[in-house]
Amino acid sequence: MPLLTPNRFKGKLIVVEGIDGSGKSTQLSLLAQWLRSQGLAVAFSEWNSSPLVRQTTRRGKKKQMFTPTTFSLIHATDFADRQERFILPMLKAGAIVCADRFAYTAFARDVVRGVSPRWVRNLYNFAIQPNLAFYFRVPLEVALGRILGGRDSIKYYEAGMDLNLSRRIEESFRLFQGRILEEYDAMAEEMGFHIIDATGSIEEQQIKMRQIVMERLGESIASGQILHKERAFRANPQPPAVL
Amino acid sequence: MPTHNPLQFYSEPLPGVDPEELQGKLIVIEGPDTVGRSTQITRLRAWLEQQGHAVMDTGLARSALAGRGIARAKEGNTLGPVTMTLFYATDFADRLENEIVPALRAGFVVLTDRYIFSLMARGLARSEDGAWLEKVAGFALVPHAIYYLRAEVPTLVSRVVMGRGTFDYWESGMDMRFGPDMYESYARYQGRVIRALDRMAKKYEFTTIDASKPADMIFRELQRNISALFQQPKRRLTQKRA
Repeated sequence: MPLLTPNRFKGKLIVVEGIDGSGKSTQLSLLAQWLRSQGLAVAFSEWNSSPLVRQTTRRGKKKQMFTPTTFSLIHATDFADRQERFILPMLKAGAIVCADRFAYTAFARDVVRGVSPRWVRNLYNFAIQPNLAFYFRVPLEVALGRILGGRDSIKYYEAGMDLNLSRRIEESFRLFQGRILEEYDAMAEEMGFHIIDATGSIEEQQIKMRQIVMERLGESIASGQILHKERAFRANPQPPAVL
Repeated sequence: MPTHNPLQFYSEPLPGVDPEELQGKLIVIEGPDTVGRSTQITRLRAWLEQQGHAVMDTGLARSALAGRGIARAKEGNTLGPVTMTLFYATDFADRLENEIVPALRAGFVVLTDRYIFSLMARGLARSEDGAWLEKVAGFALVPHAIYYLRAEVPTLVSRVVMGRGTFDYWESGMDMRFGPDMYESYARYQGRVIRALDRMAKKYEFTTIDASKPADMIFRELQRNISALFQQPKRRLTQKRA
């Protein structure tokens, strides 16, 4: 049985992964903006954002009720809701769906929390196989510099405080993110990640990302398979140039 | 199909739980909607307590974590089938870890109104993948006994109509529109649930009880079965299983 569900629809699924502070969200929003500017239909979905599940997740986090298993399950529920209600209909309609984090986040994070890798991989078997998965690889210290400098407080579960790695939240965050990084690196090849060196400049990374998108999806875009604005597309029948 | 040992995990260990520490008895009452499970559980609880057993009872969507969230989700109109399965799995995991396991550690009799089987049957009735569902629920503990209160659709229909007097949206599987109206959707959906439970009966070693009989007869049958369960030799904490 394949790990994920093949995408049999007109639309395409692009996902970004990486530890906190890797810059993946910045890069994905730049990519989405560019695709939209080319007249293409783009839909955006963010990890842990289902309105149906939000209050339960919030309650669990606030009261620190989560165990590794329930933490994993509530995030899978959140993803299922977004896929059933938003991602699938958008793919069927022919949009490019950009997802900020995907099942791979669970494969990395939940395994660090102690759930069985086999179990969590099965859990997401219903998830649509991305057409492109970008992994923003960054050394731990670089990511930490970006996060710890920029934000005043790291949250309990973000820091993996439930794992009792350290009583100090910054130290716990460091250890937790370090282990997640190892998990990402270990699965990169198996999952067919396109690895982006996230220590490069924002512009360099974005050029690389757009190049890969054109290499892999250029044909679907040029053929008109992806939902697009009629006028913009007719005016510009060639695949969009890179930058 | 190998015989499952009680209080072992079906396929995946739950992080932080050592089954060796568990004593108690885990007793599951399964069956479709309105078959009369909760009536039996109320009576069983009183009877078991009279016998000197400490009893904890639990049931679907009662968890501190996800109970309210599920109720809220069911009030809306956007709860998809996979989302529903996983929301109920979250609820089940929360109750297993925070209610069932602690009660078993303390030597309680845990009476549960439905278990992973209803969760899986509802998923199967909605055409979800059986192997996927089994693995998702693989962290469940094997119960000492699973009593399947079985009735056919006409019996359920008559209980709904004569009892509550109206068909429930979710009990009718209206999210999937199995039929043009509540009655037809109810009949088809409950038929699918019953067939799914029937298919699990052998594999998971259910004790099937004919629930079309009067409640008193069902109760006596449950009593006989549960009494026999308590006559089996007690497990000692130090005892290692093969």
